[in-house]
Amino acid sequence: MTMQHTALAPAERAVRVLGGDLTERSLRLHLEGLSGVDAVGLEQRAAGLGTRSIKTSSKAWALDTIIKLTDLTTLEGADTPGKVRSLVAKGLNPDPSDPSTPRVAAVCVYGDMVPAAIDALGAAHGDPDAGLVSVAAVATAFPSGRASLPVKLADTRDAVANGADDIDMVIDRGAFLAGDYGTVFEQIVAVKEACRRDDGGFAHLKVILETGELTTYDNVRRASWLAILAGADFIKTSTGKVTPAATLPVTLLMLEVVRDWYRLTGERIGVKPAGGIRSSKDAIKYVVTVAETAGEQWLQPHLFRFGASSLLNDVLLQRQKISTGHYSGPDYVTID
Amino acid sequence: MADRLSIPKTYKLAIGGAFPRSESGRTYEVVTPKGAFLANAALASRKDARDAVVAARAAFSGWAGATAYNRGQVLYRIAEVLEGRRAQFADEIRASEGATALQAAAQVDAAIDLWVWYAGWTDKFTQVAGSGNPVAGPYFNLSVPEPTGVVAIVAPQEPKGASLLGLVATVAPALVAGNTVVVVADRAHPLSAISLAEVLATSDVPGGVVNVLTGSPAEIAPWLAAHADVNALDLSGAGALDWVDLEIAAADTLKRIVSPEPGVPSRSLQRILAFTETKTVWHTKSLL
Repeated sequence: MTMQHTALAPAERAVRVLGGDLTERSLRLHLEGLSGVDAVGLEQRAAGLGTRSIKTSSKAWALDTIIKLTDLTTLEGADTPGKVRSLVAKGLNPDPSDPSTPRVAAVCVYGDMVPAAIDALGAAHGDPDAGLVSVAAVATAFPSGRASLPVKLADTRDAVANGADDIDMVIDRGAFLAGDYGTVFEQIVAVKEACRRDDGGFAHLKVILETGELTTYDNVRRASWLAILAGADFIKTSTGKVTPAATLPVTLLMLEVVRDWYRLTGERIGVKPAGGIRSSKDAIKYVVTVAETAGEQWLQPHLFRFGASSLLNDVLLQRQKISTGHYSGPDYVTID
Repeated sequence: MADRLSIPKTYKLAIGGAFPRSESGRTYEVVTPKGAFLANAALASRKDARDAVVAARAAFSGWAGATAYNRGQVLYRIAEVLEGRRAQFADEIRASEGATALQAAAQVDAAIDLWVWYAGWTDKFTQVAGSGNPVAGPYFNLSVPEPTGVVAIVAPQEPKGASLLGLVATVAPALVAGNTVVVVADRAHPLSAISLAEVLATSDVPGGVVNVLTGSPAEIAPWLAAHADVNALDLSGAGALDWVDLEIAAADTLKRIVSPEPGVPSRSLQRILAFTETKTVWHTKSLL
């Protein structure tokens, strides 16, 4: 099996953890040596975390935190510069009737819409940790990832050149499911390199695992490790184009990997559940899960994000309920 | 069969076409006029009311968008199905109100007739309440009544010998124009209300068009009155509540209001039109 001894592109993290002679074989041995996931235990733990009763001031804090951690997203074939502008306007000022509403962390668009987003953000464009709003772009033949590596790299470079702060890439699920971990690894490393900006810095790389297509929790755990070893700054559950998208057990599992990585190396990796989180109630369950699994220090924009579009309106309705004391309705938030 | 175990029925809420227990898990005892235990009914909370409004809002476009003819068919169908279950309703009314068999049967008949009466109006009230307006120009100018949206109703509370009839007299007119309904049933006599919800669920009425809450109107009505996604408030049965405050709360979000009225509201076109908005359109006349 000569293939298995093929040397892989050096990725700093993988070399540190797996040793200097990084080959497909050593990568495979590591990934397949990961312990299996106790699926029943995982789902039970996730269900248990979802039963917490969060009331009044804690709920108000959680709602504001959710807004600050949201990547407000529009990923439609029908996106126009006007739609991106209105998305940005919503992200900057989610509830015009209440100026105390925080801004979202980022807007997430297709690569060609990045200039429109940056233009609309103006002076508010910047680091979400500093209260500004960044621009994330999906790349690498999103959402299927079915294109050759040069096309994926060109897609990525184009988005970075357009000024994207974050790149959300998809892994090659076909290669992963065929057991071709080396290809997936090489591609993430190459895309990471393509995230390099002219000034020498890097755009943040979020690696989308598309957990809905990975079929087992064991695969999700392997893919999470693979992405982190290859250099991901964030691991992200889904594109939002496949059902199921983000689920609480999958997110819990990925948070556990991130926690283990932190214990192993002292380095913090971000997690982004995306797709299918539509209600505040669900989102609060994720916040609880983050705090209980990785720790509260993960509840900041460079370590945890929600990929969502309709979630924001529900959070705003809940905020209005808390501030006015009566139930609000969809007439009091924007139509997306 | 004297030694057969009795099978008491669990009376639950009706929200969005399903029959859930109260989110709060609370129940209260329904008793006969002489104080004997009859059933446990769900004691709805404000969150049940909120869920009911969400269900009603979701059902609105479908119900309002159905043709008037179709709505009439569905409302008439309710009368048909009710007719087949007269015995059950009569039994519940006898037990719950302490009425005689004759009185109970008469009430069920009156309720069925009332459904038929309102069903007939669905494709007629527009002609009566709408108008072609004379304007100084080559235009048609038409005013038509349209449903206002989600109607919250406090059903008549302990109307004399009319626990079913009182409910139908408030719910049916709101449905005619295409509104969807959240109704707080008669607290003391909720059995007919929940059984009626079962009839609705099997009468082609889309889920969420009628949502029935049992419990305390004093507890739930303020939340419905202030709810920003409720378009109209029928306080027919709220005479014993602090209804002026409810109307003030409702005014904050410009709701249509029907003020309290003792007893069973009589059937009228006015009750249908109370939950409509008038839309006026201009349309050019052909110059052929």
